[in-house]
Amino acid sequence: MSAAGPGGPPEAGPPAGPGHEGSPAPVLDLDRLSLSFGGLRALSELDLGVGEREIVSLIGPNGAGKSTVFNVITGVYQPSAGDVRFAGRSIAGLAPHRIARLGIGRTFQSLRLFLNMSVLENVMAATYGNTKAMPWESVLRLPRARREEREVRALAEDVLSFFGQRLAGYRWDQPAYSLSYANRRRLEIARALATSPRLLLLDEPAAGMNPAETHEVTELISRLRDERGISILVIEHDMHVVGSCSDRVVALDHGVKIAEGGFDQVAAHPAVVEAYLGRDPDALSDAG
Amino acid sequence: MAFFFQELVNGLTTGALYALVALGFSMVYGVLKLLNFAHGDLYMVGAYIGFFVIQWFGGATSLSIPVPLLLVIMFALAGGLVGGLGVAIERFAYRPLRDAPRIAPLITAIGVSFFLENAALLLFGANYRIYNTPDFINAHSGISIGSVTINSVQILVLVMGLILMVGLQQLVHRTKLGKQMRAVAADREAAEMLGVNVNFTIAVTFFLGSALAGVAGVMAGLLFNQVTNTIGFIAGLKAFTAAVVGGIGSIPGAMLGGLMIGLAESFVTGYLSSTYSNLLVFGLLIAVMLVRPSGLLGQAQLQKV
Amino acid sequence: MSLDSPPPAGPQVGSDEWVARQAHRREYLPSWLGSLERASERAGWWPKLAAAAAAAAVLPLLGLGQFQLQVGIDALVIALLAVGLNIVVGWAGLLDLGYVAFFGFGAYGYALVSSGQIGANGIHLPSYLSIALVMVAAAGLGLVVGWPSRRLIGDYLAIITLFFGEAFVEFTNNVAPRTLGGPNGIVSVDPIRLFGYTFTSNQSYYYLLVVVLVVTMGVLRLLDTSRTGRAWRAVREDPLAAASMTIPVNRVKLMAFAFGAAVAALAGTIFAVQQVSVFPTDFDTPILILVYAGLILGGAGSIAGACTGALVVMVIYDGLLRSPTESGYLFYGLILLTLLAKLRPWRRLALVLAATVALGYAVHAIAAAISDSAVAGGPHSTGWIASALRDWVVVPANATVAGNWGFVVLVCLLIALVQVSSPWRAILLPPTLYLASFVWETRLATEAAITRQLMIGAILIVMMNARPQGLLGSRRVEALT
Repeated sequence: MSAAGPGGPPEAGPPAGPGHEGSPAPVLDLDRLSLSFGGLRALSELDLGVGEREIVSLIGPNGAGKSTVFNVITGVYQPSAGDVRFAGRSIAGLAPHRIARLGIGRTFQSLRLFLNMSVLENVMAATYGNTKAMPWESVLRLPRARREEREVRALAEDVLSFFGQRLAGYRWDQPAYSLSYANRRRLEIARALATSPRLLLLDEPAAGMNPAETHEVTELISRLRDERGISILVIEHDMHVVGSCSDRVVALDHGVKIAEGGFDQVAAHPAVVEAYLGRDPDALSDAG
Repeated sequence: MAFFFQELVNGLTTGALYALVALGFSMVYGVLKLLNFAHGDLYMVGAYIGFFVIQWFGGATSLSIPVPLLLVIMFALAGGLVGGLGVAIERFAYRPLRDAPRIAPLITAIGVSFFLENAALLLFGANYRIYNTPDFINAHSGISIGSVTINSVQILVLVMGLILMVGLQQLVHRTKLGKQMRAVAADREAAEMLGVNVNFTIAVTFFLGSALAGVAGVMAGLLFNQVTNTIGFIAGLKAFTAAVVGGIGSIPGAMLGGLMIGLAESFVTGYLSSTYSNLLVFGLLIAVMLVRPSGLLGQAQLQKV
Repeated sequence: MSLDSPPPAGPQVGSDEWVARQAHRREYLPSWLGSLERASERAGWWPKLAAAAAAAAVLPLLGLGQFQLQVGIDALVIALLAVGLNIVVGWAGLLDLGYVAFFGFGAYGYALVSSGQIGANGIHLPSYLSIALVMVAAAGLGLVVGWPSRRLIGDYLAIITLFFGEAFVEFTNNVAPRTLGGPNGIVSVDPIRLFGYTFTSNQSYYYLLVVVLVVTMGVLRLLDTSRTGRAWRAVREDPLAAASMTIPVNRVKLMAFAFGAAVAALAGTIFAVQQVSVFPTDFDTPILILVYAGLILGGAGSIAGACTGALVVMVIYDGLLRSPTESGYLFYGLILLTLLAKLRPWRRLALVLAATVALGYAVHAIAAAISDSAVAGGPHSTGWIASALRDWVVVPANATVAGNWGFVVLVCLLIALVQVSSPWRAILLPPTLYLASFVWETRLATEAAITRQLMIGAILIVMMNARPQGLLGSRRVEALT
């Protein structure tokens, strides 16, 4: 699998990366993925992969199509061409809730919490698709319903405990709207974790956070991979986060992949620099 | 065959009526994204105003002023007063809820509609008010093409309807005000940031839409002769149907929808029976909504994720 | 600042801890109302339900006449409807404006299978069977009606369901008149027979309704605290996020429709039996609006809110149908209650009342001096209210026209009252109150049927503007999209 994009030599990914002969099927594989809205090309022939226990960062200027990638993966949009494969199986065209049940969890760039529900309920709600009790079983408090409710609660408490004191016990019955911004971001991640994902899509998890909180987020992402074995695809603008926890970085601009590789390589890549900063700053100062 | 054309004429006439009401409804939805359930009741108020104007000038059989003058006053007063009522309703019932979740203004609109209907019942009583149109507009005057007659009231409705629709279309697409209306309809916040006086624009839209409903009410009184406090409800439902079938938020769509509903009603009543005409109209709506929710001429709504 | 170190001791403004320790910073209603609020919060949901059920059960024993019993029955039916509507509107957030059609479906369904309507001798299914059958069929119908909700957002769904509701009335009015009875409906429906007992008296139906309502509320509470309830509420909060969190949004919406329809049908069956007949007009828009008014007043999203709001609305709604004197008590009582609740401190309230009284006498005196016919009519209330009001409120001989104008002016004044700021508000209050009394005595008292409809409309408008969460609900936070 080579990196597309102007002026860049083909980049080799690290050994655990996808696409190498003999390596196991990647957790996520986007194969020449394209998406058009009316006449607008949002994604063009995108090849992207995430391997087992790998953290891949997706960077690019605003409007590059990063969140669109998430939306296509999770089934909110149907691709115009190409395929999305999860653990070897094609998921393009499936409904969002089916994809979530298969093991892909996500957070949203602009938080989409269930604001009027409690912290615990937010997390417990996300287990719906992975439980089976029917409404009458719940009403009659039949054994299966009671057991599942216990398990769901235990799962929720476990997920919330991952965040330590931040989302500690006294918070669980508070409505989500009463949480601070940083805690809301954490709850969003906790909720996604409750779907028992194999792949986690984090959309700007550090947005709006101060340096200390950002550092926590970075540690969190690494811990998710190390302690829970989850593969993670992160959209981020904060290069500290990208630099410190990514195994691989993919850069996007105008729906096209322009660079791929380790953080230092990608950050220095001329196409990436141009995408963020524009063409030829020297010429600009000469004219002005 | 003559029967067909007669029904066609009848259908077009009522269609023009529905189109006018649907227009106002669609305009309001366009700028506020609000289904104004009270819109049909504004039409009812207009019909009552027309009636009282006739009474003020002596009653249908002994008018103290010439008929053309009477008509002008009826339409002007109905349009103006109902327009004002619409503006007041927007100002006091809907504006506080501009940023509330969509369910809030919808329920408020239902409340306003119910309140208006019962206020009319209280103020005007339950008796049907009769226009007695034939007494002052000769029912037999009009045009005859073969055995198809278009009487003068129908001509009046068709002509006025056409003028108003064309006028509105011109207003929306050729004037600065129209441009502001379209801007607010497209993106209220952006329009505000670009210097459009959003409150004023919305008020004007409400005024125009409500005035159209009021004028349509007078026409209904002239055409159907009877006015009571419940005519607004059914008319409102048909206007919704017309606006939605044509594509809500689209002015040509509302016109098209109105004409279609009028024709459909006319032909069903003529060829089948009037009992089924309402059911058919509802069925038509449900069919369109399931197959093409954005209506015939409307645009699909995109949501940013 | 690692993840696991405990937070520093003591409250710190701005940090998470300070936010977390909010219990002592909650604001409660003043004085004894606040103690009531706190006690209510501490008590569990089930004890409160039991207490309410006990109160309802005891009520008839305190000696209620037939009229009051009927009011109670009507109120309980509407409460059951509101509780069912709460599933669709309050929990799943779907605006179903055709809900009353399920009510009608239940009523008609029962009337068809438990009466002499069909066939030579009629089908007379036993009650437990017919009620269960009708509920299941209604749930199926709910799935059908809810099916468009897959592709339609908010407003469009509202229109389609509204039309469905209208179509139901048209259908029962016009289609298959021999089976459905047309405008004359179906008469003489079988009474309910359960466990060998035949329910015939009003009192028995009252108790039946109390039991049914309490059981339904209990079942819904159990649902609300289970995965289904969480799914419904998540779908209302944010359907897209819910879908991304494994929730099958469409299926969940359909479930809401089905459950809501089943509850409505249940209410319909009991209604049909208690009325002994069903007519198309029983299930038209006014009933729908009544149920919505109850739900909105009490608070959509809360079972207790739906029930309480509906009971309050119905008691007032039916209460206004009494003789003008009794409804006068209700009218003036409600006004005084509102003033008590809104006007603080007591001095201001006393001042406003005194000013109103003084104004009234003055106006009356002036009017009497100007013309006799201006005060020729008497207030429609009787009893002690009338004698108190005779020299205070102006009731002309030709009350109707003056009353109508007064009504229009009153509405304008009320709107003005809401818009203006404090000093003007106090000045405007006495004339508004006086005018309200005037309009009541001249027009509203005698047209009770219309007055109560006006009140329902006003409830919807005022509640959505002033307190959208209802009396018992808590304020919702909506994300700005």
